[in-house]
Amino acid sequence: MDWIDTLLIPAIKAIVVTFGLLLGFAYMTLAERKICARFQLRYGPNQAGPFGIFQPIADALKAIFKEEVVPEHVDKWLYVLCPVLAMVPAILAFAVIPVGRPFVLAGRTITLQLADINVGLLYPMAVAGLGAYGIVLGGWSSNNNYSLLGALRTTAQIISYELPMALSLVALVIVTGTLRMSGIVEYQAALPLIVLQPIGFLIYFICGLAETNRSPFDFPETENELISGYNTEYGGIKFALFFMAEYINMIVVSALVATLFLGGWQGPILPGWLWFFIKTAVMLFVFVWVRASLPRARYDKLMHFCWKFLTPLAVVNLLVTAAVVLILRG
Amino acid sequence: MSLPQILFLVVGVITLGAAVAVVTSRNVLHSAFLLALTFFGVAVLYVLLDTPYLAAAQVLVYIGAISVLIIFAIMLSRKVAAPDLVQRNSQWLLSLIVAVLLFGVLAYLTLQTAWPAAKQALGVDAIGGLGEAFVGTYALPFEVVSVVLLVALVGAIIIARER
Amino acid sequence: MQDNYGFLGLYLLIAIAFPFVALGVAYLLRPKRPAPVKSSTYECGLETIGETWVQFKAQYYLYALVFVVFDVETVFLYPWAVAYNRLGLFALVEALIFVGILVAGLAYAWRKGALRWM
Repeated sequence: MDWIDTLLIPAIKAIVVTFGLLLGFAYMTLAERKICARFQLRYGPNQAGPFGIFQPIADALKAIFKEEVVPEHVDKWLYVLCPVLAMVPAILAFAVIPVGRPFVLAGRTITLQLADINVGLLYPMAVAGLGAYGIVLGGWSSNNNYSLLGALRTTAQIISYELPMALSLVALVIVTGTLRMSGIVEYQAALPLIVLQPIGFLIYFICGLAETNRSPFDFPETENELISGYNTEYGGIKFALFFMAEYINMIVVSALVATLFLGGWQGPILPGWLWFFIKTAVMLFVFVWVRASLPRARYDKLMHFCWKFLTPLAVVNLLVTAAVVLILRG
Repeated sequence: MSLPQILFLVVGVITLGAAVAVVTSRNVLHSAFLLALTFFGVAVLYVLLDTPYLAAAQVLVYIGAISVLIIFAIMLSRKVAAPDLVQRNSQWLLSLIVAVLLFGVLAYLTLQTAWPAAKQALGVDAIGGLGEAFVGTYALPFEVVSVVLLVALVGAIIIARER
Repeated sequence: MQDNYGFLGLYLLIAIAFPFVALGVAYLLRPKRPAPVKSSTYECGLETIGETWVQFKAQYYLYALVFVVFDVETVFLYPWAVAYNRLGLFALVEALIFVGILVAGLAYAWRKGALRWM
């Protein structure tokens, strides 16, 4: 281990991942608008460049050049800090996801993963918990009834859905026997875990929709009752940062589903990174598909669904998995 | 001094600074936020001490759950949610003495204990070892934890619903 | 092992730097023409009625409370799950009791209406 291994390569990886996520965010917004438009028999953005491919650039320029309006009654420090607080965990959560097969370059083995830590599975969940602060404090510091209500709802929703999510992952760990991401991907060399843990997959994906505040769980942004919720008082680049955080969270959840349940970068013929990319893209498409197809749920139903259906189901899934593993082992 | 030691000092100072700010801030919600920051600093210290599972548990439980609970509690109580709270009352001297005494006792015990486990290096599979201990040596405490959690839950619901 | 956490620290620095750079660039480039009406609360054009920082309903608190208890439970279950392949029937029985006691707690919260959104 010299400085190239400990400093240069990780720094390059970190920068590539950060910019990759930003690029992913930019084109995810375009893809979502295009796909939603097709679902509704519209064209979607098509003015900026062929097929609207420069639309994200135009959006970014708009966000940067927009005059900022800081309402006079806000809690200044937290108000400015919160978009950052929402954004940083979103980027951080990607660190443990392996995006491809390790390869050898000039005698050095390079893993396509930022950090292969032994609590890899818990890391994204822990970091997602940090992201909730950006939202709850952002809504509070705005000093606006709608913002605060949106922030409270979101936080209650995020912590509630974290529970079945965590329980579904315990069942997954029983099968794999490791919390290390690289180990979980290796385990799926022959068979993706979705086959062994179909209920766990469903629970995880539903919770992923709720954790990222996506339709049909998009309560923070109920524009008809909360005028966009926790980010009502935010504009320009600060609003853009909140928006980015949501989309990057969505990319991270899709990448996690791909890694944990769909076999990660494992797959025949094609190179590993391409498999990873395809699986993540499919999950992102499902996110948009769900949004285009389902109406928003009612808040009380959302909470009841989590506590009275998903959580008991996750507990049953966990115990059944444990029993089956024991029986199969003999 | 090696890099981990320098990092330990820097993170320690930030954590302590945040902890002091928790008690001196005039806005309760800022205090709650700074408390979460303090917890995060402690989690980083755990990582530097090579116990990542504790760090993950610290973030999941203290930042992801308990601090959120505290923030909800603040928002639920009309009087303290408003900024500019007076945080001193007639008992500040008494609580200062108690706090100093408690710190003294804890510091004394920390320095006196031999810490037998610290001398062995942690195995590769420290988390699995923890799990084995839950089922083997510490099976009874493991079950008692669940009873304690149940008692906490029932008690909290009774108190919260009695208004 | 420790190296991987060093990489995480490096990544943390870059992740923190990015939003601040974005905020800074926007600060330098955007126009600044403040006006008093602009900075009032956006609430469908009406004046806010009452204070914002007021009391909210206890339901949020109850959910958070139940969540804390179960969050601690899952933190205990992960090491058990990692070691499960090496353990025998006793591990399953123990987890059944552990989870069972907490499920009783969930059932209690359910019956007492702590999980009902009002």
